Formats: sequence, C-alpha cells, structure tokens
Amino acid sequence: MAATTIAEVSKIYHGNVEAVKSVSIDIEDGEFIVLVGPSGCGKSTLLRMVAGLETISKGTVTIGSRVINEVDPAERDIAMVFQNYALYPHMTVYENLAYGLKNRKTPKAEIDARVAEAARMLEIEPYLQRKPRALSGGQRQRVAMGRAIVRKPAAFLFDEPLSNLDAKLRVSMRGEIKRLQKRLGTTSLYVTHDQLEAMTLADRLVVLNGGRIEQIGRPLDVYHRPASTFVASFIGSPAMNLVKGEIEGGNLQIGLYRIELGGRAPVKGPVTVGLRAEDLKLAGVGEDAMLFQVDYVEELGAQRLVHGTIEGQALTIALSPETPLSGDLAVTIAVDRLHFFSTETGKRLERGTSFGNDAPVEALRLETAS
Amino acid sequence: MSTVTDLLPAARGGTGTKTGGRRFGAFRLFGGQSNSGGESAAKRVQFASPFLPYLFLAPQLAIIFIFFYWPSVQAIQSSFYLEDPFGFGSTFVGMTNYTDVLKSGEYLGIARFTAVFTALVTFFALSIGLLLAVKADGVIRGNAAYKTLLIWVYAIAPPVAGLIGMMFFDQHIGPIVELARWFGWDIKVGLNYFDTAFSMVVVSVWKQIPYNFIFFLSGLQGIPVSVREAAAIDCRSGFRRFWTVILPLLAPTAFFLLIINVTYALFDTFGVIDVMVKDKAANNPITLVYKVYMDGFRGNDLGGSSAQSVILMLIVFVLTIFQFRFIERRVHYN
Repeated sequence: MAATTIAEVSKIYHGNVEAVKSVSIDIEDGEFIVLVGPSGCGKSTLLRMVAGLETISKGTVTIGSRVINEVDPAERDIAMVFQNYALYPHMTVYENLAYGLKNRKTPKAEIDARVAEAARMLEIEPYLQRKPRALSGGQRQRVAMGRAIVRKPAAFLFDEPLSNLDAKLRVSMRGEIKRLQKRLGTTSLYVTHDQLEAMTLADRLVVLNGGRIEQIGRPLDVYHRPASTFVASFIGSPAMNLVKGEIEGGNLQIGLYRIELGGRAPVKGPVTVGLRAEDLKLAGVGEDAMLFQVDYVEELGAQRLVHGTIEGQALTIALSPETPLSGDLAVTIAVDRLHFFSTETGKRLERGTSFGNDAPVEALRLETAS
Repeated sequence: MSTVTDLLPAARGGTGTKTGGRRFGAFRLFGGQSNSGGESAAKRVQFASPFLPYLFLAPQLAIIFIFFYWPSVQAIQSSFYLEDPFGFGSTFVGMTNYTDVLKSGEYLGIARFTAVFTALVTFFALSIGLLLAVKADGVIRGNAAYKTLLIWVYAIAPPVAGLIGMMFFDQHIGPIVELARWFGWDIKVGLNYFDTAFSMVVVSVWKQIPYNFIFFLSGLQGIPVSVREAAAIDCRSGFRRFWTVILPLLAPTAFFLLIINVTYALFDTFGVIDVMVKDKAANNPITLVYKVYMDGFRGNDLGGSSAQSVILMLIVFVLTIFQFRFIERRVHYN
C-alpha cells in the first residue's frame, strides 16, 4: 500500500497525437480514485502508463517513494484487473491466482495460504480446480479480482472491469469491489466510462475529456459544483440541463423570462445556465413560473422524466410519479440551484459566497410579442 | 492454400462445434473469420429434400473414392500377387511380398533412415518456424514486409523450390558448399551418404518453414493482447512467459502442425529426394516412399512395391492415432 503521484504525465503517439495532456493527480494511500470520461478521453492510456503497458512520454509516476517510469511492469508492485478478465485459459483458477506469486519465488505454503484467503473472500473456493472456460462471466470477474488480491500490491489498477457483465451483476460486483477495497485499504485507480459506477465507487473522481482533467473532486462535490459544462453534462443521470441565457443588470434572462439574481450576478452578457432535472419544481398556485411545453414522458418507476422545452430550449424535469400530468406545466426553480458557465470556455462562473439561501424564484411572465 | 482450408475443418472436428473459440488463426490471416464464427456454424441447416445434402457432398466423395479408396484397395490386392514385369499376368503369392520386404536388411535400413529423417525435418521445421514467427510477431513496424518475405518461399511450386534448394548444394555454385569448404568440409551431394542426407534434411526443412511460420504467426496473433499484458505484469522474464503462457496457448496450432509436418516429411519430400538422387539412388539415402517408387516404377516389382505402400499406410495410421490419443490430450483448446 502506498501513495501514488502522477505528475504532469503526457502520452504522445507517433505523428504527434497527444492522447494524455499533462495530467497530474495526487493519490493518497488507500484512496479509491476513479478516472471517468467518454471513450477516447485518455483514461485507459493513463492507467496503462501507470501499469507500464504503455511508455510515459512526459512526466513522472511515483508509487510509494519510487519513480516507476522505467521500471518493468512486473516490478512496479501493482496488480491490474482487465476488462475481458485476461485469465490464462490453460490454467486452473488456482494456477491463475498462483502464477504471479510463483514467478516471484513465493514459498509454496504462502501461495496456498494467500490463494485460499482470496478464494474465501471472493467465494470462489469451489471452482479452484476449474479452468476459466467452465466459469460464468461473474465468476471469471472474481477470479480476475483474486489474481490481483493475492499479490498484495501497492496499488490496484482496474480497466473497466465491469463492462462485460450484465446490468444486474454489474451492480452487485460494484458493491463488492467497493467493500473489498475498503477492507484491504489498497490504493486503487479505476477506469470507467459509466458515470454511475464512478459516482458510487470513488473516494474522488477525475473527469477526463480530450486527454485533459476537467475536474477532480469527491463525487458529490463534482455533482453539485461541476467545473465545466462538460462535467455538468457527463456526471448525473439525466444530464444537467444546459440552456442559453443572458445576464443584464443583475437579472437572468432566459428567452422572455427574467429571473432576479438578487444583485449577485457572476458576469454580464450571455451565459450558459445549468439546471439539474430534480431542481426544477412544479410551481404552486400564484407563484411566478415558466411555461414548460411537454414533449414526452419517460416513466422510471421511482420518478418520471418529463422532456420538453422552455422558450424553445430542450430541458428534462424529474418529477415524482404521483404528480398529475396534464398538458403543459408551470415550473419554477430556486435561484441558488442555478449553475452558470461561460459560453466561450464552458468553465463554471462563481457567483460569490454571500448569495441568499433559498431565494424565491423571481420568474416574471413578460408580455409576449404576438 | 487449398490444403490449409481443407485440413483445418478436419483437425477441428475432434472437439466439435462447441469450442467455437478455438484458434487456428489462419482463418483470420486469410479471410478474417472471427472466433464467433463457430457458433453460427453450430446452427442446424435444414434441407428441403433429404437427398440434397448428399448431392452436395457427391463431388467430394467421388474424388476421395476415385483417388484414395480405389487405389488403396488395388494396392492391397496387388500386394498379395507377383506381377509379371511385362504385364502378362500375375500369380497369387499370399504374404510372400510382405515377408520378403520385412526380412530385407536394405528395407529396414531405409526405414531407419526415414525415421531419423522425419524426426529431424519435423523438429527443425517446427522450431525454426516458431522462432521466426515469435520474432516477426514482436515487430510492429514493417511487419507486413517481414511476413511477406518469410511466407514467400511457400508460394513457389515444390519442384522449383526443390531445385532452388538443390542449387544451395551445387558442387560448383552452391553457397552452402562454399561455406562448408571454409570450415574444411567438402560437401559432395550424391556421392557421400551423410552429405546427401544432410542436404536432404536442410532443403526439406527450408521448404516447410514458411508453412509453419504462417500458422504459428496467426496462432500468436490469436492470443489476446490482454492475456499477454496480464502475463507481463505477473512475470518479469520474457522467456519464462513464453514457456508458461504463450506456448501452451499455441499448443493447438503446434499439434496440428506436428501432424502435418510428420506427413510432409514422410511423403511430400519425395520431390526433394527425387531431385537429389535423380532416379539412381545407389548408395544414397532415400525414404520409404521413394523406395516404393523405385521398386514399383524403376524395378517393375509392383507386388513388392504395393506391399511396401500398405506397410507405409499402416505406419501413418498408427502414428496418427498415437498423436491424437496421447498428444492431443495434453493440448488445451481455448
């Protein structure tokens, strides 16, 4: 177990394609870090550089107190769990688990003890003498985990380990990985494209886009204070609604609606406004409201997602299934729940700290110009 | 490459369609058929008429019958007769042809040489093919060029390849002869028993290497990258990784090639030997197949020659059963 530092690491492929652009992450001992992002964002490349399966073009990776840039993968004191498990098909489960230890000249008695312990932990004891092909997907996944655990490495590296499993198994394995990691306290670096997996597993998430870090933070911080429109639309399901607006004289103008911001507007001029689906509420009688034209409804059971438009801009609202739906809706939002992003850079715009709590919505219906 | 595609399904038959994931990567190399192909092949195809499938099989069955079963039966039949050299009739002699052959010291000597020759050719053709494949597999840039250069020889017609091979050992212009002279070894192919045997082995191996190379290379490329990477993390020594992970996963390919190479060394080297000894073996080494030809077509002893070919048939039969029974068991099919 050891702290791991990734310092200004870049990956440049032939032809000057920069897959990872000067990424720095400090990982504390025992921390569970999830790298999340769309495909092609460089998250797997970064992980593979830590593993030693790709060379590091620039920067340094340190595990414990050792710079491992030039260290052989087998000597880096890491264990990796692959997406397609990568079990040795010609070896039994026992041999799969023991292989790495055997090559490190671990005494036979200790190998037996460690394999037995890992097998007990993962409940794969009955299959130890089987070959991988005789196992189900979930069991293979456990064996792959076991192969990592028996090594007792300084860090676990997970490369989308759950994406080959069916949805139900994925949820239960997710829980198991989290439990196991907490129990072993091993520093972990986990790559996924699934934001839900990232949210549920991570101590801290690293959102990557186009080879750059968009945001590092605890899952809820990232959710509640996304650093950019990219993070806002990537983290959370449904994605955060992003609409065009304009700030003028302390008021936010969305189409024909004007919302008073109480004098603490972040900037002047056009902005991108972020609204979480669950922050939009149905307006009570007599409350100022915006007209939401319903397009279609997705029933999820616990909630329903209503898709539609406000002033021609597409939005999604999460409502409880008890809410009666009839035609268009009058909706409202708490002002402190609004997120502002620069229209040019997509970066988050802060509004200052003294913004009033639970300020009521000041949405005014203006005269339509028809 | 008709032999490749013909032989593969036969070699696959052993474990059935269930093992769709089993890798004879040659398919990938030439046609791009994926592993999952096996599953779709497992679907039963229904024919409207029960005779239709037999109709489709008929051409193949006819060829096998005319060119294999019929001559085989004829060979067995004539092995019990003493044939008149001028074709005026034949006399039934029972097992005499067999006993004559098996008592002949010359025949047993040739059998011994054939065994040694087969073992050497198979061993070197397989190991050099594997070595080249492993090395070519490690090359990322320009690997198409390497592959083409190494496969090249296989595209040459066997007699031509045999001739080219012979030229290596030519008394006047052969580069290998020149090289050997440097070390004080005066190679005399066709005069010296050992020298002839040596050049036969070298040329036969040389001709078979590309074939083995293709299969080993495609077998290597069929090994999932992630398994190699997992091994790289688990094991520092590349040599050890090769023995414990790569080679076991290549075993199906290697087993298939073992059978093919033994058959090659026993039968298909005929052309090479023919070019070297030019019909007049005299004291030079020949293999059993060449002896069948010499006795039958040069010596006009059709009965004795038939008896030899029946014996040869039995040897191959026993060898193949042995290979499937004892070696295939140790082979892991993914």
